[in-house]
Amino acid sequence: MEKTWNNKAWFFVLPVLLLVAFSAVIPLMTVVNYSVQDSFGNNQFFWYGADWFREVLTSERFHDALLRNLLFSAIILAIEVPLGILVALAMPKKGIWVPVCLVLMALPLLIPWNVVGTIWQVFARTDIGLLGYTVDALGIDYNYVRNVLDAWVTVVVMDVWHWTSLVVLLCYAGLVSIPDAYYQAAKIDGASRWAVFRYIQLPKMGRVLLIAVLLRFMDSFMIYTEPFVVTGGGPGNSTTFLSIDLVKLAIGQFNIGEAAAMSLIYFLIILLLSWIFYTVMTNAGNDKPMTGGAE
Amino acid sequence: MSDQATTAHPSLPGAAHSESAIAARSRMKTGHFKWKALIPALYIVFLLLPIYWLVNMSFKTNQEILGTLTLWPQNPTLRNYEVIFTDPSWYMGYVNSIIYVLMNMVISVAVALPAAYAFSRYRFLGDKHLFFWLLTNRMAPPAVFALPFFQLYSAFGLIDTHIAVALAHCLFNVPLAVWILEGFMSGVPKEIDETAYIDGYSFPKFFFKIFTPLIASGIGVAAFFCFMFSWVELLLARTLTVTDAKPISAIMTRTVSASGMDWGVLAAAGALTIIPGAIVIWFVRNYIAKGFALGRV
Repeated sequence: MEKTWNNKAWFFVLPVLLLVAFSAVIPLMTVVNYSVQDSFGNNQFFWYGADWFREVLTSERFHDALLRNLLFSAIILAIEVPLGILVALAMPKKGIWVPVCLVLMALPLLIPWNVVGTIWQVFARTDIGLLGYTVDALGIDYNYVRNVLDAWVTVVVMDVWHWTSLVVLLCYAGLVSIPDAYYQAAKIDGASRWAVFRYIQLPKMGRVLLIAVLLRFMDSFMIYTEPFVVTGGGPGNSTTFLSIDLVKLAIGQFNIGEAAAMSLIYFLIILLLSWIFYTVMTNAGNDKPMTGGAE
Repeated sequence: MSDQATTAHPSLPGAAHSESAIAARSRMKTGHFKWKALIPALYIVFLLLPIYWLVNMSFKTNQEILGTLTLWPQNPTLRNYEVIFTDPSWYMGYVNSIIYVLMNMVISVAVALPAAYAFSRYRFLGDKHLFFWLLTNRMAPPAVFALPFFQLYSAFGLIDTHIAVALAHCLFNVPLAVWILEGFMSGVPKEIDETAYIDGYSFPKFFFKIFTPLIASGIGVAAFFCFMFSWVELLLARTLTVTDAKPISAIMTRTVSASGMDWGVLAAAGALTIIPGAIVIWFVRNYIAKGFALGRV
């Protein structure tokens, strides 16, 4: 759409700016402020320069949490995105089952995150939970409180349960917006199922898929409540992701300076990785020969 | 039910309906259909099992929960729900949550509307940077903001008020609302604005009488997502409240640690938190899918 150049539009944006300034800029400045100072208590602060940043960047604890979180996000994306596309493709396009499917699938998205944690904490317990009991009855030694692998499996399955529906809903939104003429043309051409997916459905889903990947990446990288409720970051530190580690540092140990420096590094990593995802995925979309005319 | 199904795809042109029905039937004939239906069915079973287990537990006595594993309550009891509905410290949690979620929804949509209009209709100095900067707030981990928020709101004497939580949740809901509304508004042709001005409408009259009804579904979708992300968030809501505005999800965690695991009440409280979300989804079911498709990155 042709847009008019008009700087008065700033007045429309002003309420948002003021609100976000209050709820984002001021707190962020506080974090920056803390990250360059140290304190001996009594609210007496002194300049500490970039030392906190150096400390965080060289600390093994931060590296471990970062690697764990990267691994977690990678697993989550590798499972949820293909599974979400698969379910969206298999969903009925019309009929009485459409609203039923949509409502049931959206259900986990609207459960408070600590309740999600509670549900899985209970569900996976070997004494009172259906899943834990069943797995145990099958003769598999399963205990998410003691065993690192079991804890990871539980947290990953929980996240798949919680968030795959978001990918499904987004992909489904992309799929229903494809005009039937495309499929008819493909049928006349005798295109295979794979060709239809590769050259019609995938390009048309490109934009919503980008949103899905970005949202899933951001949220899995910021995950806090659910694993905290289920495993409390344990066993040991094996499920201590960045947010859990940050809260431990800031509130548990009250190490404000280091926590603030870690916050900023953490935020920058999310921004950087989101930007990389965005750039790579938009470029990949542009390279496809079929997308040009379709968009 | 069948007209609901049709309204689920308002984006499809009407003429295509009969053609696609033929296509669907031909797909059925080849036998793909049954196999295809299995995938969503299995997926939904996977989604519902843990929820069923929670609801199942909420109707059991603690004895039964801890005693034997039963697939449905042998001695169904409403005692767990009774505990919640007779104790203000429990049920006020739901009231608090709903108050701040509604406040957040109203604030987010109200400030996002003019901003989204500006982004969809005008070019102005720094518009693209501003839009991207707004979106970066969606990427800010709440854990980063918990402590500074606490200090900021303490300074303003807002701790333990509903408005504090509502404002804090604007951090991630306002960018999202602007983003969704901008997508919907860009779908409305600019000629409509121009025609209205030629017809002598003033801007406010045009905006509320003509423009707002046109993007009503967009407002609904934006409000839905604000509801969703505000309702499910716990970290900030818990940090900013003490007793008067404490959300139900925070009350749950406190009671779990204090009372030596009253599993039945915990399950009942959890099951009750699912209901508001379920009601909201039912109302917006026809727009959930459409809402994100119109968004822009």
